[in-house]
Amino acid sequence: MGHLLEVKDLEVKFALRFGDLTAIDGASFTLDKREKLGLVGESGAGKSVTGFAIINLLSKPGYISGGKILFEGEELNKLSDEEIRKIRGNRISMIFQDPMMTLNPVLTICTQMVETVLAHQNVSKADAIGLAIEKLKKVYIPSPEKRLYQYPHECSGGMRQRIVIAIAMLTNPALIIADEPSTALDVTIQAGIMDLLLELCETEDMGLILITHDLAVVSQVTEKIAVMYAGKIVETGRTEDIINNPQHPYTKGLIKAIPGTLEAGSRLNQIPGMMPTLTDIPPGCAFHPRCTFSRTICETEAPILISVNDRNQMIACHVLGRHL
Amino acid sequence: MFAFIVRRIIQSIIVMLVISLVGFSIQHHIGDPVRDLVGERVTPAEREEIRDRLGLNDPFYIQYFRFVKKACKGDLGLSFFYKKPALAVIISKAPATLELVIVTSIILIIVSIPSGIYCAIYPKRLFSRFAMAFSTIGVAIPVFLTAIALIYLFGVELNWLPSFGRGETVKIGGWWETGFLTWDGLKHLVLPSISLSSIMLPLFIRLIRAEMMEVLETEYIQFAWAKGLHRERVWFIHAFKNTLLPVITVFGVQLGIMFAFTILTETVFQWQGMGFMFLEAVERSDTSLLVAYLVVVGVIFVLVNTIVDIIYGIVNPMVRIAGTK
Amino acid sequence: MRAWNRFKNSYLLYSFKHDPIAIISSVVLSILIAISLLAPVVAPYNTYDTSTFDIMDAETPPSWMEKGTKDFILGTDIQGRCLLSTMIYGLRVSLIIGCGAVLLQAFIGILMGLFSGYLGGKLDSFLMRITDIQFSIPYLIVAIFASAIFKLAFGVGRYEELAVPLLIIIIGLSHWPIYARTVRASVLGEKKKEYVEAARVIGLSHWPIMYRHILPNTMTSVLVISTIQVAEAVMSEAALSFLGLGMPITKPSLGSLIRSGFEYIFSGSWWITFFPGVLLIIFILVILLLGDWLRDVLNPKLYKG
Repeated sequence: MGHLLEVKDLEVKFALRFGDLTAIDGASFTLDKREKLGLVGESGAGKSVTGFAIINLLSKPGYISGGKILFEGEELNKLSDEEIRKIRGNRISMIFQDPMMTLNPVLTICTQMVETVLAHQNVSKADAIGLAIEKLKKVYIPSPEKRLYQYPHECSGGMRQRIVIAIAMLTNPALIIADEPSTALDVTIQAGIMDLLLELCETEDMGLILITHDLAVVSQVTEKIAVMYAGKIVETGRTEDIINNPQHPYTKGLIKAIPGTLEAGSRLNQIPGMMPTLTDIPPGCAFHPRCTFSRTICETEAPILISVNDRNQMIACHVLGRHL
Repeated sequence: MFAFIVRRIIQSIIVMLVISLVGFSIQHHIGDPVRDLVGERVTPAEREEIRDRLGLNDPFYIQYFRFVKKACKGDLGLSFFYKKPALAVIISKAPATLELVIVTSIILIIVSIPSGIYCAIYPKRLFSRFAMAFSTIGVAIPVFLTAIALIYLFGVELNWLPSFGRGETVKIGGWWETGFLTWDGLKHLVLPSISLSSIMLPLFIRLIRAEMMEVLETEYIQFAWAKGLHRERVWFIHAFKNTLLPVITVFGVQLGIMFAFTILTETVFQWQGMGFMFLEAVERSDTSLLVAYLVVVGVIFVLVNTIVDIIYGIVNPMVRIAGTK
Repeated sequence: MRAWNRFKNSYLLYSFKHDPIAIISSVVLSILIAISLLAPVVAPYNTYDTSTFDIMDAETPPSWMEKGTKDFILGTDIQGRCLLSTMIYGLRVSLIIGCGAVLLQAFIGILMGLFSGYLGGKLDSFLMRITDIQFSIPYLIVAIFASAIFKLAFGVGRYEELAVPLLIIIIGLSHWPIYARTVRASVLGEKKKEYVEAARVIGLSHWPIMYRHILPNTMTSVLVISTIQVAEAVMSEAALSFLGLGMPITKPSLGSLIRSGFEYIFSGSWWITFFPGVLLIIFILVILLLGDWLRDVLNPKLYKG
């Protein structure tokens, strides 16, 4: 069978002067070919860290302290530097949040595209340029031949993100990890970028992990969702199930907090309290201080993901989680 | 881009005029052209007559214009001591200083860039820590002490390298006396240029390291890693070019400072360059030579600063393209 | 009392106590300052009193070498003065000139920066133009030129008499641009803040606003650059003296001692250059280290903890 990507009990820690902090405490999920997964949660929940961990791109004090990351059967976290370099940008591409910061301001777009191709494929420079132009056309950049020789700051925000997407697609990767790809853009452009991503995944046969805090976007683009809270995955399932029938108390709170479902003039539904920072994660279930269902066991034992219905929806909750 | 260059050039011309004004005022008040011309033993009457003839009793601004006109033609007065035009004296001494500055710059570039980059990429390694400690202490050591220490170690105790003067020089093109073409000349260049570079080296290593570290944290470098580029490409093409930009500006400014410190270094090594000439001029009260040196050095500074600014404008695409809008 | 409590609990003191370099530097610096200020008491001999030394004693090596005597612990210089005493007096001179020059620079620079930043407009452009021009020429060159010119103008004798105040003026006048720039940047930042608007609304005129409100807030950056500037001033003075444009040999500073000792290196009297050199380096180093620590501590970027 074999999933495209399988993350099992991933643990990520930050080695700081006064001890190690756990950023991700046992995350597990799978992704099949051409599947689109949404990794959802508030800022600081650990979504981006998960994304970086997959391609082993964690910034200095961070390191993978446990778990397995299997991509096409290979254990990514056990690969050497050179081996994982061959996978990054080649089989798995990553898109970051702010396209202005993602592109190097002193190099032309052509350089930044061609080098990606040449780093992974043994082709001539002319071929690489041809490939670049082809991809630029796929992301609907007008006059790609001219754009190629411009610098990033000469393009608009939306165009830059399209170029970044084109770069990500140059080597026909099997998986794209998109970290908040539309957050830094104007609202009017956001929809265009998300549509583009969706279309490309279909036509180019790519899997997608969409990391975002925006439930509305996730509901339109993805097929599966994994909800993260304080470094743990608290609920997984199909998108329509999670949006319409959330099972975990936190997810329930999130869905209720979406403004669109309310009448004008009424108060917004908030989950009381705030998500804990890395240094004050409570024992047991990280959500229990804010949870209306919490019981004594929640304060001491951390729950694990259990199936709650026959539609493959899983939550990590002592109270609401029931074995099938 | 063109407008930018023009503006910079106009700015530099204004600054040069200011320098010339300052230089002229000094000469006007302190210098004694009569003495420069005919020596000390003249009667007051003859003095007055010569003063009139030289136009020294004309109003200030007229004399100033004359000064600027003569300066543009290359006439900066006569050196009292050398009995030759001041500019000629300076030009004859210039090659010595220039060669020293060139060799020092080469040392700086060869040593500081690789060290700075290495310290930024591997900050915890022994070499990096040592280099940083060296730069911290190095800033506190005045150049003349370094020079003296080097002389003592290599000149007196070990007797490996010479510590006086330029050694054998060869004349090229009729006037440029170079030390590059003789083994002796090259040996003489070693200690002075090492001393001179010791002032800037700490600064540059720190600067390059700091800039490189900042660049390595940026998102576009993260993205470069995410694209799976080879290490060397990320470091030397992506990171380095961004590091280089501010470094170029600093280097330009430091070039000027290097000239200042040649005065100190040349003194220690009895190096017959412009700096040494300047000090001798002070001791001999040779005002015209002094003022001529001021004007020449001032012009050099302005030129170097302007050129550096223009180069920066060309190299940094953001400035280059923004200037045309 | 409240201010003392605030200080005791402040981040400044905490950081200081935990930084070994800062502690060692300040201890060494305090010792050096104390020694130099108490020179008449501490030094074995009074080097300004020509009756206390004899040129026949010249070039005596330090006491632990052969031919050295217990009278002169570190040996004597070329005029027969006790090297240790001369070094102590020299340190005092360097300290006075360094602090004096910095006070002068700060005064000029802060005024310029304050007016320029606060009043803006044509005055700002004009003053900044001047600052830029002087900024583009290295401090040391300006100082060297200035001292050369003063020396020619006053003649060697008078110049030596007035050396200390003249040096203070020269170094002060050549180094002020950095204060002007720093203060102006600070003022421009403060100008936008609300307390300035509030003060204007109350009806305060420009001068009280500048003096009582904005100025105190620029003091942090002024303090940081001041330490570095003192080190720079001491180095400049040493350089000038070494070139013969600074303190004369009759009232030597560390720089002039090094100069006089340099010629005798080849004949073997290395101590005349060595000890003053080491003292100079240590002095400058501790000032710079303290300045570095101060800058790290006062840097607002660190407060994101």
